[in-house]
Amino acid sequence: MKALVSVKRAVDYNVRIQVKPDGSGVVTDGVKHSMNPFDEIAMEEAVRLKEKGVISEIIAVTIGGQKNEETLRTALAFGATRAIHVKEDGEIQPLTAARALAAVFKKESADILLCGKQAIDDDANQTGQMTAALLDIAQATFASKVDIADGKATVIREVDAGLETLEIDLPAVITADLRLNEPRYLKLPDIMKAKRVQIEATNLGDLGVEAAPAIKVTKTAPPPARSKGVMVKTVDELAAMLKQKGLV
Amino acid sequence: MTTLPGAPHPYLREEHELYRSQLRRFVQKECDPHIEAWEQAGELPRALQLKAAEAGVLGIGFPEEFGGTGDDDPFYQTIMAEELARSGSGGLIASLVSHRIGSPPIAAHGTPEQKDRFLRPVLDGSKIAALAITEPGGGSDVANLRTTARLDGDHYIVNGSKTFITSGMRADFITVAVRTGGSGMGGVSLLVVEAGTPGFTRSPLQKMGWWCSDTATLYFQDCRVPVANRIGEEHRGFKAIMENFNNERLMLSAQAWGFGQVCYEEALAYARERQTFGQPLIARQVIRHKLTDMKMKLDAIKAQLDLLCWQITQGHMPVAEICLLKNLSTGALEWIAGEAVQIFGGAGYLRGAKVERIFRETKVLSIGGGATEIMKDLASRQLGY
Repeated sequence: MKALVSVKRAVDYNVRIQVKPDGSGVVTDGVKHSMNPFDEIAMEEAVRLKEKGVISEIIAVTIGGQKNEETLRTALAFGATRAIHVKEDGEIQPLTAARALAAVFKKESADILLCGKQAIDDDANQTGQMTAALLDIAQATFASKVDIADGKATVIREVDAGLETLEIDLPAVITADLRLNEPRYLKLPDIMKAKRVQIEATNLGDLGVEAAPAIKVTKTAPPPARSKGVMVKTVDELAAMLKQKGLV
Repeated sequence: MTTLPGAPHPYLREEHELYRSQLRRFVQKECDPHIEAWEQAGELPRALQLKAAEAGVLGIGFPEEFGGTGDDDPFYQTIMAEELARSGSGGLIASLVSHRIGSPPIAAHGTPEQKDRFLRPVLDGSKIAALAITEPGGGSDVANLRTTARLDGDHYIVNGSKTFITSGMRADFITVAVRTGGSGMGGVSLLVVEAGTPGFTRSPLQKMGWWCSDTATLYFQDCRVPVANRIGEEHRGFKAIMENFNNERLMLSAQAWGFGQVCYEEALAYARERQTFGQPLIARQVIRHKLTDMKMKLDAIKAQLDLLCWQITQGHMPVAEICLLKNLSTGALEWIAGEAVQIFGGAGYLRGAKVERIFRETKVLSIGGGATEIMKDLASRQLGY
């Protein structure tokens, strides 16, 4: 069984995000980037499934410019068996990413696409779902537990009301939620080994995908600064204050 | 809030940064939340050793066939020291990686059997290693140590004591320098003394800082140690001890830089937040100047640290420069930590502030691994003065 794992290069979670002065986006130049944390969880799940013998091959795939190669190296250090770089220097929106992933999925005849439920840069939470729709295959999003047997996946997903258990036929798309697993620490020998793996390059044109942005960002603004808190002495005082502010 | 370095660097590659990010996560998740409890307990839990092995902290620079990384790039070692220092706890580093001073003689001069017994379980986190050189009667004067080991059949009979031994209470394998021959450096050998050997006892020492690191005085009274536990040739231990000092001093410099960086970041964040006389502290020029002076010193130290690491990758060992860097970095840390506490004011005098702990732990870095005065002397001799 073959798993495709999509890995996105995003601004590192430790970085304090700054909006560009002209409001055209956020500052990404000279800012540390790393693999989207939800994709790390997807990657870890794939490696665990491989360790259990459920899947035999893990193909990491990323879409973006030259620097995305670092993200693929991280995936290889995790334990990906192959790495595919869909080279594209322009903006990549969820639908474009989904089309590219669907094309790679078909080409590779993969059985599962594992990806993060969303990326921490735009929080769009769309790519996994769109890819499943384009491929016309089953999907289970926000997974917190995944079991695979007999051509089916049993997925426990986190929903507003609690936990929901789905049984879906493969091939399928599964997106990882925070509590699916805790990614391992990458070991130095694995990091070094990953350096020597040949990355397979392709591009949107080869995959028959047009990079036509469907969404236009008109303005980016930082959230309003939080005003200073007030210390209250008693619960009564707290209640009175909340009432006064019309919050209860 | 801290950011990882994003500026271009002449020597570091993406794999260095990837390794750094793993260590940073390890420290944030496995260490930071527990430091205070470990400080109170006076030692680190053994479980941490296993987690550290899992996270790839312990094996750096040790041979691959015994569980190490097999990579001798010194940058990985300084990155490890810098990232562990982000915890703000010197005791954590001292004790968690005490094998970085205890085990190198075994890795360099041990037989395959000795490495299998004394190195492999240390690198996998199941056992703890320590180094015992210093004696109650003398510090850096390795050539004149007095603990004796008299050959008796297939055993040495060890008598004497060692003090200021990091991880001394917990260690399973202690690499002990003993006198097997005549006076001077030519009569010193290294023996691995195992915990539980009859005639070997230890007692804990209370310290100014490094509380979560167990430090001990060791006593040997007619302690029988198998000849099979001798590392390297008899009477040839002095050189094996000296070999690792350059590395240890480089690590201490990286630690000092790391702690200085924590002080700087903590003081900067506090200065931005703390209001006095209707303004944040950072609005005062005198405070901004303290912070820029901190950064100036830290940047200079880091530039030299990375340069020396790079020279080592090129096969050059800058002995004098390492001594001087240790002095520069630890001296700067004493000043930086003092100023950081000053910026914190009363809050910097309270237990729980990282700067308070680091302030108490500056002196040990200026003393351990060769005191400032010894370093100057050694550097001047190396430079042919």
